[in-house]
Amino acid sequence: MNAVSVQSEPFDVGAEIAAISAGRTGVGAVASFIGLVRELEGCASGQGQSAMTLEHYPGMTEAALEDIVGQARGRWQLQGVRVIHRFGRLTPGDAIVLVITAAAHRGEAFAACEFIMDYLKTRAPFWKKEEGRDGAHWVDAREEDDAAAARWD
Amino acid sequence: MIKILYFAGLREALGISGEELALPPGVNDVALLRAHLAERGEAWNALAATRNLRTAVNQRLAGAAATLADGDEVAFFPPVTGG
Repeated sequence: MNAVSVQSEPFDVGAEIAAISAGRTGVGAVASFIGLVRELEGCASGQGQSAMTLEHYPGMTEAALEDIVGQARGRWQLQGVRVIHRFGRLTPGDAIVLVITAAAHRGEAFAACEFIMDYLKTRAPFWKKEEGRDGAHWVDAREEDDAAAARWD
Repeated sequence: MIKILYFAGLREALGISGEELALPPGVNDVALLRAHLAERGEAWNALAATRNLRTAVNQRLAGAAATLADGDEVAFFPPVTGG
């Protein structure tokens, strides 16, 4: 199985978590992160419509994610890594991104999972466009994300 | 020729998602290509502003000094917002 998938389809979190440790009896810890589409502020459920569309750079996206996974493997002893990121139109509650790391012990699994998310946020070529009641707009990058990635330098 | 791609808000502002361009004489790095494109005026001035522009050369993030050659794929886009 490839470590990285970029797809429009939903993913099965339970199946992915089960797969990462299947047949690997040395795995003692599996950490996972799931990013979800949040309801826009001011769009309480049932009131305003909100959704987002994720654009990406086919080719570079996969290469950037593979590079991040490679860096994580260079920093920690990992026995498995899985990254799935979706693109296209998503609505609140939909899962956008899944990162799973497997290691002998939890410290490595937690750290690698957080590292992969921090780097993904600042280096993988995805862009979110939000649709709210007042129209659609591109989401601005957050300085907090740059700071989070810089922690690992 | 080089291939140039534009993404997200920049693509919408420029009204095109990509183009093929013959590198003009002397234009051999990212900074010079951006200055060359910005000469088209109006929305293209966005290529001259560095603050909210990122560049990839052959699908890897690249700085203003990255050199360019025939056959390269160059992409311009805003800071990324995935995850």
